[in-house]
Amino acid sequence: MSTVIQPGAAESTSQTVTAAPPVPVIELQGLSVRFGKRDILKDLTCSLRGRAIGLLGPNGAGKSTLINTLLGFYPPTGGSARVLGFDVRRETRSIRRLIGYMPENDAFISKMSAVSFVQMMAELSGLPSAAALERAHEALFCVGLAEARYRELGTYSLGMKQLAKLAQAIAHGAKLLILDEPTNGLDPSARQRMIRMIRDIRDSKQLQIVLCSHLLRDVEDTCEEVLILNQGRIAHYSNLEEERKANKRFLELETYGANGDFTEAIEKLGCECAVTANRLKMILADGVEVRDIYRIAAERDVRIRRLNFRRDTLEDIFLKAMGN
Amino acid sequence: MAVYRRTYTSYVGPLTPSWSRSLVLFRYSRRKLFRSKFQTGLFVLCFFFPLGCLLTIYLAHNLSFLERFGGVSASFISIDNKFFLTFLGVQGVLAFVLTAFAGPGLISPDLANGALPLYFCRPFSRAEYVLGKASVLAILLSQITWIPGLVLFAVQASLAGTAWTWDHFWIAGSLVLSSFIWIAVLSLLAMALSAWVRWRIVAGALLLAVLFFGAGFGQAINAVMHTQSGRFFDIGYLMTIVWTSLFRVENEGPITSGQAWIALLIYCAICLALLVRKVRAYEVIK
Repeated sequence: MSTVIQPGAAESTSQTVTAAPPVPVIELQGLSVRFGKRDILKDLTCSLRGRAIGLLGPNGAGKSTLINTLLGFYPPTGGSARVLGFDVRRETRSIRRLIGYMPENDAFISKMSAVSFVQMMAELSGLPSAAALERAHEALFCVGLAEARYRELGTYSLGMKQLAKLAQAIAHGAKLLILDEPTNGLDPSARQRMIRMIRDIRDSKQLQIVLCSHLLRDVEDTCEEVLILNQGRIAHYSNLEEERKANKRFLELETYGANGDFTEAIEKLGCECAVTANRLKMILADGVEVRDIYRIAAERDVRIRRLNFRRDTLEDIFLKAMGN
Repeated sequence: MAVYRRTYTSYVGPLTPSWSRSLVLFRYSRRKLFRSKFQTGLFVLCFFFPLGCLLTIYLAHNLSFLERFGGVSASFISIDNKFFLTFLGVQGVLAFVLTAFAGPGLISPDLANGALPLYFCRPFSRAEYVLGKASVLAILLSQITWIPGLVLFAVQASLAGTAWTWDHFWIAGSLVLSSFIWIAVLSLLAMALSAWVRWRIVAGALLLAVLFFGAGFGQAINAVMHTQSGRFFDIGYLMTIVWTSLFRVENEGPITSGQAWIALLIYCAICLALLVRKVRAYEVIK
């Protein structure tokens, strides 16, 4: 898949994903958005096809603006954007028919029970009343609000409101689920539940997900592709799945009794090494296997306390993209 | 997505036509409105005066019944344009009171709780949203203004005969048109104010203030500046001028019906502009 062909972007990558959907989920061609004299999004160009796409970036990077533009809330001032093949300027209604959106901020109707709220939202998406009611119950079961579904939304805790927002986003059977900071304000266990739920929805393979967050763990735990924005520009594109596979030859050792001789022996095999205290990071050369490392360690009486395959974490990727 | 399985499945059933989405909003908003006993009570109260008018029309056509009660003459009860104007005047006040309580609850909770992005991320436009919400007020107010008005007219027509009906048929049109204007002004005003302040109680108070303090403010301007232009701030007065012209009742006020029409249209345009500005998924801060 060709991605991020972006003049001015900090970094770009070209990668291939097998069994990619025929129509890109998001396709941007020089997209710019301006509020007054402020350029919020600047000349974004990319094509994203993953089943779960993460939008990352520091606060104010333009993530939410990009999502709102894709939903047709903000008009682009330049370039074009397509969602599931539909133009955001001309085919907003078609896009909205296929989308389930969970906004970042509080969004509910206080004097309404969760089931009525989700039913109404499903009806507004076009479901007949009876089907909407059934789907509302099912969506609330699905997100884990079954016991509280007849309670008024105004009485819900923050975590429950987040789940209710997720329920209204999936009740009408969207093809694309856009989640804007879904774990905002959640305690660790509620966050875990939310992430698990997003993964379950992703793994159902019935819809695609765009997850917007400034929390790296959320994106790392759920997404296959990541687009990092910084100051309204694309700072980096990364296909996490591909990187996970590619970094299988990146090893991190924690040793006892290692000296320069051990490192030298490994380097003679053609591996690149970096030593910090008792830790040794290396990239295995072609033809070199882990058993060779164990053999060299045994020959030199070096004990290997820990051996991990270590890939770049999303944090590493993010920090690189931010130029830090 | 069966309940027992608790896993996500997509929806493959039929969809409703696009034009029917406003009706969804209307249905839910109306149901919510009548969940309040106070609102329901107020709505029921609005039918007492039409019932009184109905009785009056009956008595006016049954002189013998009246004379049985101490020789009361029916001549003072004249069922004409002024009778229907009075009916609409009273019902108009009740419509205003009903709007002050029911109107702000339609939009302000959505704005206060940030629900608008949830509406507009669906195949549902801002115009449809306003239409859906306004239709709640429009139908509610219709039920207490022109619909009972037409019922009274029909009863009077059936009792007075064909000649009276043909001579006074224009009254039915005036009833409907006058009610439509008042409903439009009240609905737009209520929705614009509740969209602006986002707090239901304040929006209700503001609506009362616009009508009552507007009149007071206008009087103050008249007194200070020795003019009659302050009357343009009195929406109730402007409405009365329009109604009197529609009901062919003489108006000797300082403002002509044409000026009153223009002033009301300007008020409606301002309300629409406020709604266009405020009813959107996210406000753009430039």
